[in-house]
Amino acid sequence: MNDFIAARSQMALSLGFHIIFSCIGMVMPFFMAVAHYYYLKTGQTVYKNVTKAWSKGVAIFFATGAVSGTVLSFELGLLWPEFMKHAGPIFGMPFSLEGTAFFIEAIALGFFLYGWDRFNPWFHWFTGVVVGVSGLASGILVVAANAWMNSPAGFEHINGQYLNIDPIAAMFNEAWFSQALHMTIAAFAATGFAVAGVHALMILRGSNVLFHTKSFTIAAVFGCAAALVQPLSGDISAKDVAIRQPAKLAAMEAHFHTEKSASLIVGGIPNEAEKKVDFAIKLPGFLSFLAHGDFKAEVTGLDRIPEENHPPVAVTHYAFQIMIGMGMAMMLVSVLYFAALWKKRKWLQEPWLLKLFALATPLGFIAVEAGWTVTEVGRQPWIIYGIMRTADAVTPMPGIAYSFYLFTAIYVSLAAFVVFMLYRQIRMVGKLYDL
Amino acid sequence: MLYIVITYLWASILLYLLLGGADFGAGIIELFTSQKNKQITRKTLYSAIGPIWEANHMWLIIAIVILFVGFPVIYSTMSVNLHIPLTIMLIGIIARGTAFTFRHYDAVVDDMQHLYNTIFAISSFTTPLFLGIIAGSAVSGHIDPQAGSFVDAYIFSWLHWFAVTVGLFTVSICGFLASVYLIGETNIEHERLRFAHKAQFFNIAAVICGALVFIAAWFEHIPLFDWVFGNWIGRIAILSATLSLVWMWTLLYQGKISLLRPLAGFQVTMILLTTTFRHFPNIVILKGGGYLSLTEHAGQEKTIEALAWALLLGSLLILPALFYLIYSFQKKPVGYEGQLH
Ligand code: HDD
Ligand code: HEM
Ligand code: HEM
Repeated sequence: MNDFIAARSQMALSLGFHIIFSCIGMVMPFFMAVAHYYYLKTGQTVYKNVTKAWSKGVAIFFATGAVSGTVLSFELGLLWPEFMKHAGPIFGMPFSLEGTAFFIEAIALGFFLYGWDRFNPWFHWFTGVVVGVSGLASGILVVAANAWMNSPAGFEHINGQYLNIDPIAAMFNEAWFSQALHMTIAAFAATGFAVAGVHALMILRGSNVLFHTKSFTIAAVFGCAAALVQPLSGDISAKDVAIRQPAKLAAMEAHFHTEKSASLIVGGIPNEAEKKVDFAIKLPGFLSFLAHGDFKAEVTGLDRIPEENHPPVAVTHYAFQIMIGMGMAMMLVSVLYFAALWKKRKWLQEPWLLKLFALATPLGFIAVEAGWTVTEVGRQPWIIYGIMRTADAVTPMPGIAYSFYLFTAIYVSLAAFVVFMLYRQIRMVGKLYDL
Repeated sequence: MLYIVITYLWASILLYLLLGGADFGAGIIELFTSQKNKQITRKTLYSAIGPIWEANHMWLIIAIVILFVGFPVIYSTMSVNLHIPLTIMLIGIIARGTAFTFRHYDAVVDDMQHLYNTIFAISSFTTPLFLGIIAGSAVSGHIDPQAGSFVDAYIFSWLHWFAVTVGLFTVSICGFLASVYLIGETNIEHERLRFAHKAQFFNIAAVICGALVFIAAWFEHIPLFDWVFGNWIGRIAILSATLSLVWMWTLLYQGKISLLRPLAGFQVTMILLTTTFRHFPNIVILKGGGYLSLTEHAGQEKTIEALAWALLLGSLLILPALFYLIYSFQKKPVGYEGQLH
């Protein structure tokens, strides 16, 4: 494995790992706050138990999220020193604000986890909300930094120099809003479905049904609401990408030839040699509509983009298809669930709905990983779009492959540990909360 | 504005050394505690650092962010030439943070605890060791951006006696800080005595390692002696640190504990001050006399300005909350042991 590929793989692995924990870190505090709120309002012990059981899971995820995030802040330099040398001062604003957000989150978490029976109950509740709000803020801020890589702003690039830096303008770059919105909703959808799925499984198994039903409902309502609006926000993202990164859009859709009334491709195998897509279903005009809101509009294809600036088409295309597929599936489940809540209460008692949720457990996180693959691979060969190539940014140190193997081993074992830990938490629910 | 940023950088390094250091030290103490006393030590330790441990480690992130936003050349040079020790330190951070959490949140208590404890104790030792190695290498003059061979560029940049002794010195300082901190965290008399002994032990270790640092510096032609004693700030700092140490020992023998923590903190602050003051603003000293300076290698003015504002506004939010957190958990009810399920 050459050093460049190793560095990219290590970055992808670390980020792909971190994103799972950060989604949970952003969203679970809100679930807990709802359960906690019901407990304070109704005094029912089951809600207190749900809050406490969740908070233990969250503590595990938090620690893992925090260490993997710390690793990332070093890895940016360890793997991409040339990038950080120039980009650091420009896109650093969100990171420096993020430091504050993390700090507040860590402080509030200390209050929340250790504050049971020590503080005014509503102050204690409030600290839980602060954990969530600052988590969301940090998520939005990092995504603003990432958006800057997609849509560089706030400096002038003259003769290889980065002049007239304006960190504020860099932060509020053009991609900032659509990415932050899409990411935030994705975090709710992914975490909501994952949590609801696990509790649905436990209800099906008939253990601690009351406990798991309450937990399930909170997670499912959040997850489904998010999954319903996610495609709308995805549409905003797509329109944005079409303007700002036509090469990425073309790769997402394996759109080789510039044309008017371009058709949307579903499935298919991109054939890069012959510049066509085999076995695809085509929806005429829909790509033009998706990208520009007009069935007749022209959509730039890869033929308009110099060969050396093409992103990998197949990976981007498959990842995009996976994201959309997962999004549609989750939307369907959400429609059924809300129908059940409003009109068909008896569905809620039937096992098929719960089974559906249990099956849907990983969908949101698969979509999140796929979506990031679209964003990141679709930006290649650029690390700063149109300004700096990824290959020019990599560290000169040889032997990165070993570092990649090492981190792979660490993350795999860490993931196994977290799963093991969670399994033990869930198994102990009956014993710890004598229901 | 630049000086505000530098102050924050220095302060976050100091706070990381003090708070994160005490936190590492708690694990180091565990490593040096006999089997029969381990359980109780762990309890004290957990109730002492549980609520604030995550906050303690934020200082490192703040320092890193300041470095890469404000001083990108310094950050990227260190990242390249100290890649290996940084990676080892990161692995230590991962292992320690997760093991600490797992052992308290694992719902089932069984043999796994053994594994968590071992990982926690070992990584509590290696992480500050490598932090020290990194800090030592930065000023050692061994970093050579022009190096031709792999070993010169990536191994000998950090693998030399000076850096290693600084690493060991850092470890003993962490153990010292933690023992002093824990003395005030327990109500059991013989526990307290045990921590006092530990404090003595680590204090002596720190003095020995400190002497080794000077010897290594002398062999490797690093003008450490001049940095520390060649100016009045250094001399005053070292003198007052030594005096406060004597004072501290007297208090310890008299069994008075209220002033121990500020005194230990003061000593470590003085040590950091002396070692950084003389070669300020050069925080990385390269092979052949080149250096990377906080003033010459700072980012553009607008960046520094924005960074300074972000830090100032951030502290407005953070500091009151942090003090309230520490304050609230200081006055814990007697016998309180944190949230144990
Ligand atoms: C639950 C997860 C999830 C779901 C259901 C969807 N997405 Fe997504 N998508 C993400 C999670 C995600 C993400 C992981 O959060 C990304 C990566 C970067 C970002 O901002 O969001 C993303 C990126 C992303 C991008 C690239 C943005 C960029 O590079 O700036 C586009 C165009 C879309 N999405 C479009 C869609 C559409 C049309 C969807 C319709 C169903 C959709 N997404 C569902
Ligand atoms: C957490 C969600 C994210 C995931 C899953 C993710 C995924 C990836 C992947 C798959 C790659 C490799 C692309 C390739 O080499 O083909 C990559 C590269 C990279 N990402 Fe991300 N990314 C995420 C967010 C971010 C953020 C927030 C930043 C920075 C602020 C970032 C910075 C980078 C950098 C510097 C590279 C290496 C250079 C490159 O390949 O362009 N990523 N990431
Ligand atoms: C889209 C990508 C990312 C998102 C949405 C995200 C979001 C978050 C969130 C919400 C947290 C706090 C929750 C938790 O601790 O579990 C967190 C932790 C952290 N993240 Fe990320 N992050 C992303 C990528 C990155 C990158 C690229 C870096 C480094 C440059 C980074 C650095 C950190 C650090 C240092 C922490 C630990 C803070 C703490 O101790 O609470 N993150 N991230």
